[in-house]
Amino acid sequence: MTTTLPAALRAPFSAGGTNVIDAQLANRLLSLALDAGGDYADIYFEFRVSADYALEEEQIRTLGRGITLGLGVRVTKGDATGYAYCEDLAWDKMAHAAKTAGQIAVGGGHAPVSITPVSQIAIPSFYAVPTPSLVVPAEDKLALLRAADKAARAFDPRIVKVEASFAESIKEVLLFTSDGRMATDVQPLMRFGVRAVAEDHGKRQSGSGGGGGRYGLDYFADAARDAAAHGREAARVAIAMLDARDAPAGEMPVVLGPGDSGILLHEAVGHGLEADFNRKETSNYSGQLGKQVASPLCTVVDDGTIVGSRGAINVDDEGYAGQNNVLIENGVLVGYMHDRLSAKHYGIKPTGNGRRESFRSMPLPRMTNTSLLGGKDDPADIIKSVKRGVYAKRFSGGQVNISNGDFLFSLTESYLIEDGKLTAPLKGVNLIGNGPEVLRRVDMLGSDFELSDGIWTCGKDGQSVPVNVGTPTVRIASITVGGTQA
Amino acid sequence: MSAAHVTEQTVKELCDIAQLAVELAKKAGAEHAEVLVRDGSELTAKVRLGEPELVQEAGSRALGLRVLRGGRRAVTYTSDLRREALEALCAETVTLAGFAEPDEYALPPDPSLLATNLPELDLYDPAVAEVDAAWALKQAIAGEAAARKHDARVTNSEGATWSRVLGATAFATSGGFVGGYRGSYASFVVEPLCDDTSDATNPKKRNGYWWTASRFLAELEAAEAIGIEAARRTLATIGSRKVETQECPIVFDPEVSRSLVGTIFSVANGSAFWRKSTYLFGKEGELIASPLVTITDDPLIPRAPGSRPFDGDGLPTRKNSVVDKGVLGPVLCDVYSARKLGRESTGSAGRGIGGNPGPTTSNLVMQAGTMKRDALLRDTGRGLYVTSLMGFGFNPVTGDFSRGAQGFWIEGGELTFPVSEITIAANFDEILKRIDAVADDLELRSSTAAPTLRVSHMTLAGTSK
Repeated sequence: MTTTLPAALRAPFSAGGTNVIDAQLANRLLSLALDAGGDYADIYFEFRVSADYALEEEQIRTLGRGITLGLGVRVTKGDATGYAYCEDLAWDKMAHAAKTAGQIAVGGGHAPVSITPVSQIAIPSFYAVPTPSLVVPAEDKLALLRAADKAARAFDPRIVKVEASFAESIKEVLLFTSDGRMATDVQPLMRFGVRAVAEDHGKRQSGSGGGGGRYGLDYFADAARDAAAHGREAARVAIAMLDARDAPAGEMPVVLGPGDSGILLHEAVGHGLEADFNRKETSNYSGQLGKQVASPLCTVVDDGTIVGSRGAINVDDEGYAGQNNVLIENGVLVGYMHDRLSAKHYGIKPTGNGRRESFRSMPLPRMTNTSLLGGKDDPADIIKSVKRGVYAKRFSGGQVNISNGDFLFSLTESYLIEDGKLTAPLKGVNLIGNGPEVLRRVDMLGSDFELSDGIWTCGKDGQSVPVNVGTPTVRIASITVGGTQA
Repeated sequence: MSAAHVTEQTVKELCDIAQLAVELAKKAGAEHAEVLVRDGSELTAKVRLGEPELVQEAGSRALGLRVLRGGRRAVTYTSDLRREALEALCAETVTLAGFAEPDEYALPPDPSLLATNLPELDLYDPAVAEVDAAWALKQAIAGEAAARKHDARVTNSEGATWSRVLGATAFATSGGFVGGYRGSYASFVVEPLCDDTSDATNPKKRNGYWWTASRFLAELEAAEAIGIEAARRTLATIGSRKVETQECPIVFDPEVSRSLVGTIFSVANGSAFWRKSTYLFGKEGELIASPLVTITDDPLIPRAPGSRPFDGDGLPTRKNSVVDKGVLGPVLCDVYSARKLGRESTGSAGRGIGGNPGPTTSNLVMQAGTMKRDALLRDTGRGLYVTSLMGFGFNPVTGDFSRGAQGFWIEGGELTFPVSEITIAANFDEILKRIDAVADDLELRSSTAAPTLRVSHMTLAGTSK
């Protein structure tokens, strides 16, 4: 970031703050944490300022703001983790947390490891934020909400209701590890959302639009994604869905539209490739490295370095730089996403995927921006190739069972394909399948790769982290569509 | 002894902080202020394959402030409870409220309606606070071991987790309400894993779980019993397969029928009603479900997981009828949604640290029927028994419902082979009206509870015919 933040947005633990945590102090805490015999410790300081703005019934309804400050201490002993946190930078509170986390090692026989001096790791910057939105006056953000509301209402007289929201945050982190690393990062994030309800002759439907990422308000300078464009998109979906008919039920070909469909990939394969599940042999992909796990058309990457993308990270929450990692190459499984624990287990370098929701949680292997890379087919030809099937355009989310690979994802905008043409819009419907099976059935891949516009949040073990997804147009030869028309 | 105890003194301290913040907000220019303060601690002890995997222990405090100024609202929160930090927060919140537009319905509740004599609901068990990490780990080890010993086909484990939360909540408003209470909650879950090689071309792993939870330590089921039941449930899914696409009766296990009851609340509450974002809008007093369906929301059940002595607006809580023999009652409201609908609150406001209040459930319970579960299955003959649902396929505006499902095929009135990778779909209005059998097996294990029930028919999407 190039802007100097005002004091209210700067962490008290950073240089110039009211309660500076330096390497010397951190080392004292790390020694306390390792006192009982742990073999590794880290301390993660976090300061987060967030704000949100909501419009409903053509009025600015609520403004909100929150401040969180705390630190988490982690001590590992073999595969076991002790974790404690506190919300106070007073020495006795921090020391208590360090000792509590260290208790995991009690009863172990090893001598305490020596603490190596910390050194700042060099980090690049993948955040496209010349000026964080939090320093911009509230009026500018309220104007965005009004613009979206106006555009959605102007789209069609059948739009009867519009809700718009803007959420922004800056998270500053400071990490010290007992193996001698220190990292700091300032992570901006913002998200804009619009929901519209259309009504016609007693029928009601809703649609949504939105986007964001690690941007400032300059994100809206692009007319294709300004506030009005998101408003119109929400209205367009709501109006299109007024004519929706009951979706078919059963197995059939499905064409996934570019961008948002990456959520299928996130669920179908992404989670299964997080190394903790594989280290514990609880994933379907355990022991599959080097094997063909998908159609040879498929190359899947998890890339934390996409500038401005919602899942981008300069540094992960264990102090390793964000990276672009190839997971599946031409259908062959070539790598997992690792945190420190799993990388150690596999004897490889961490991949920059150790992430945590906040100082209250331990890091886990998590996705960043996960994509299925583009292929060679013309997207129009892909649709033309389907005699009867479903075209999936927008999604509300997905879920996967890691162990057996069954996943499900929910379509909010989809169309029936009949004789190679999109015909009727379909009511909300689910697709259900098995991850490894579905990836083997990818038989056409478009040349139109798109990244989704920054709205996704991924949940795992109760921890939410911002992510992004991307795909080109994809044809899946057969998948179960969960409609009502048997 | 554990130092985690929450005492009445803690509750009093939080009430004092809440009242101080209300005063400071008034001083900063708020017309009306509402302050929620929470102090909680957690202990999580997880074991995997007999070894400790995670011990997490910590406490945290947070304060949420809502300011109303001529119908203008702002909501803020902080974990910094020092007086000077609160003063700064109050000033900032009042400034923020200035940016909002006046909403004539955003007014504090009538002071005469505020709760005064708070009921004692027995929500805190000191024995839960006495538990330390070592004891919790021992429980987890015993439960997981019981699952692994139960059957050689249990080859792996996602672990066993014993956890507890303790907390105190205090709420104060410039309308004159002040009150607080403490609570405890302990839970234990075991998640075994087995290999399923029934399809040699696509070997899978099968996972399952079982759990116990209560506010009171003595009411938890034995760790070993949980482990054995978890193993039994997991093993039963070996060989799961799809079935053909068809219309058939669907029987919902209590673990999933409670989520149907939760879905009813999501379309039958004051907030969804004033927004008209529910297919049930305008249907109070009408038959919206089978006459076999009676649902109440009761926050006053002593020791129950969802009980609370006052609501998020500071109003007294009370038992409300949600659905009576299929007829939709007055929907649950907080003060704001009630005003928007031109009526009185039902005392159902929930409130988080950083948000506006909104209607929530407390103990939302569907009444048991008279049929034994086995008799219900015999009576069904052939159909699907659902044990878990996946995904988010529900549109509250239209009622369209499509969810992934896992369970067992019912044939000859008995559960036969396990089923997975299918969806079940119908409009929610039809689902509720097609409930044609309700079993007598209601248990208040969680704050939303329901017995086994049957929907006469839904579309099951699976393999092609």
